[in-house]
Amino acid sequence: MNDTVISAKNLSLTFQTNDGPVHALKDVDLEINKGDFVSFIGPSGCGKTTFLRCMADLEQPTAGDITVNGVSPKAAREARAYGYVFQHAGLYPWRTIDGNIRLPLEIMGVDKAEQDAAVQEVLELVHLEGFEKKYPWQLSGGMQQRASIARALAFHADILLMDEPFGALDEIVRDHLNEQLLDLWARTNKTIGFVTHSIPEAVYLSTKIVVMSPRPGRITDVIESTLPKERPLDIRDSPEFIEIAHRVRDGLRAGHGDD
Amino acid sequence: MRNLFPILTVVAAIFALWYAGSVVLNAPWAYDKAERAGVELTTKELIADTMSQKKPKLPPPHQVGAEIWKTTGAMVAKGRAFSKRSLIYHSWITLSATLLGFALGTGFGIILSVGIVYNRSMDMSVMPWVIASQTIPILAIAPMIIVVLNAVGISGLLPKAVISMYLSFFPVVVGMVKGLRSPDHMQVDQMKTWNASRAQEFWKLRLPSSMPFLFPSLKVAMAASLVGAIVGELPTGAVAGLGARLLGGSYYGQTIQIWSALITAAVLAAALVGIIGMIQKVVLKRMGMA
Ligand SMILES: Nc1ncnc2c1ncn2[C@@H]1O[C@H](COP(=O)(O)OP(=O)(O)O)[C@@H](O)[C@H]1O
Ligand SMILES: [Mg+2]
Repeated sequence: MNDTVISAKNLSLTFQTNDGPVHALKDVDLEINKGDFVSFIGPSGCGKTTFLRCMADLEQPTAGDITVNGVSPKAAREARAYGYVFQHAGLYPWRTIDGNIRLPLEIMGVDKAEQDAAVQEVLELVHLEGFEKKYPWQLSGGMQQRASIARALAFHADILLMDEPFGALDEIVRDHLNEQLLDLWARTNKTIGFVTHSIPEAVYLSTKIVVMSPRPGRITDVIESTLPKERPLDIRDSPEFIEIAHRVRDGLRAGHGDD
Repeated sequence: MRNLFPILTVVAAIFALWYAGSVVLNAPWAYDKAERAGVELTTKELIADTMSQKKPKLPPPHQVGAEIWKTTGAMVAKGRAFSKRSLIYHSWITLSATLLGFALGTGFGIILSVGIVYNRSMDMSVMPWVIASQTIPILAIAPMIIVVLNAVGISGLLPKAVISMYLSFFPVVVGMVKGLRSPDHMQVDQMKTWNASRAQEFWKLRLPSSMPFLFPSLKVAMAASLVGAIVGELPTGAVAGLGARLLGGSYYGQTIQIWSALITAAVLAAALVGIIGMIQKVVLKRMGMA
């Protein structure tokens, strides 16, 4: 298909450690299409982070192929094809929110007027208008994470890779951010790769749920969501939602069965 | 105010010990004089004598204080603040070498640390030399530096500053290597996702991150610089500077002069380190790192 954004074929990554080889990924196949919201779910150590890092050229696969926008992850990274959101917001304490969001733009040599416009635009996307002059420590954890998402969006990459971005936040804040993230995705039509531990979060957000299992890290199920694009929070009580959640749970259990 | 009490207690204790030490150490000379004059000393006379000798073994605080005043405040009052007899003049001579050496040492230390952090072969090779350089006693190196530089026609301020630099670059290298390496993997990876160059990574991430490590190093470096400048004044028989006052004092047994130079050096060091501490507070607070 023409609108494939990320394609992995027989992707494997083995870390050589002092305790012997660790098969973080083994023969992973996956296609992600433009505009997809793909969640990666599975117990810790199943290679979710490693997979995302391979897409971002932060980790080098030991076998198999992976392309991002039709080119190698390195070429895609150098073309600034994706924004990456880490588990911790990682804002610089010596920069204001504005300065933090501006950082990648400064690095990319975007001119000042364009920087200003981009900062305003993404601040609005994550609902942080009016906080640009604040320092990170003046913001709550949820707001900091929103600022870090804004920073990843600021340079208009079509792909957004997020590694448990809301993992450290409490559930109420998380619900709220999930809603905002869906809204942002609908408005920007970005392709999103999202790592999570939480079944409801994965089902609520995704068009495609990738269930993974550890030792060796592999994909055990890929679930195409039948939920509509428009998703109010209470969709989580609908039979359809519960059915998908069941299938995810079964996939996770099957993955666990053989160790 | 609550902090003041313990400080005052310590100061009072130091003065008490100092006075007691003066009495004990200066007493033999007082007895000597009395014996030669054939008189018996009462305790009161003895103490009075130990407090006012011309060349006491350990001058009591008030004698040192009076000498410092005579060579600073009193000279200023007479409009001769920069005469050769003024401690202000000698302090300035030493201070200028200290500051120049500190600046050179800090610059050299930062350059070395950048090299160590960014260049693999420097990382492997430089640190042992840096450490070795500090294991050689400065008293052995200082005369050589002075003599060698004098031979090529460089004298005065610069040789002393070089010795200061020799002592002060070390804490800066150690602190800055640690500081420049303080960003965690995630922060470095994040820079990579933006395809940042090494220079951008340095200016925007590593250098700002190193600030909390830089300032403590600068404090140690400043104190070391002052020691270096004073040591640099000893081997040449310099005529100016706090080191020269120390040396001159010891030639002629002028203990009061030695002690007043020592105390002045200590006050100078405290002031310089205090200034860095203040800058540290302001900078780190502004950077949200305090
Ligand atoms: N840099 C590394 N060196 C060695 N082993 C690693 C490294 N990174 C991850 N691993 C191992 O690879 C496996 C998958 O890790 P990871 O992708 O972080 O899992 P997840 O994100 O799903 O929790 C784990 O067993 C982990 O210990
Ligand atoms: Mg992980």
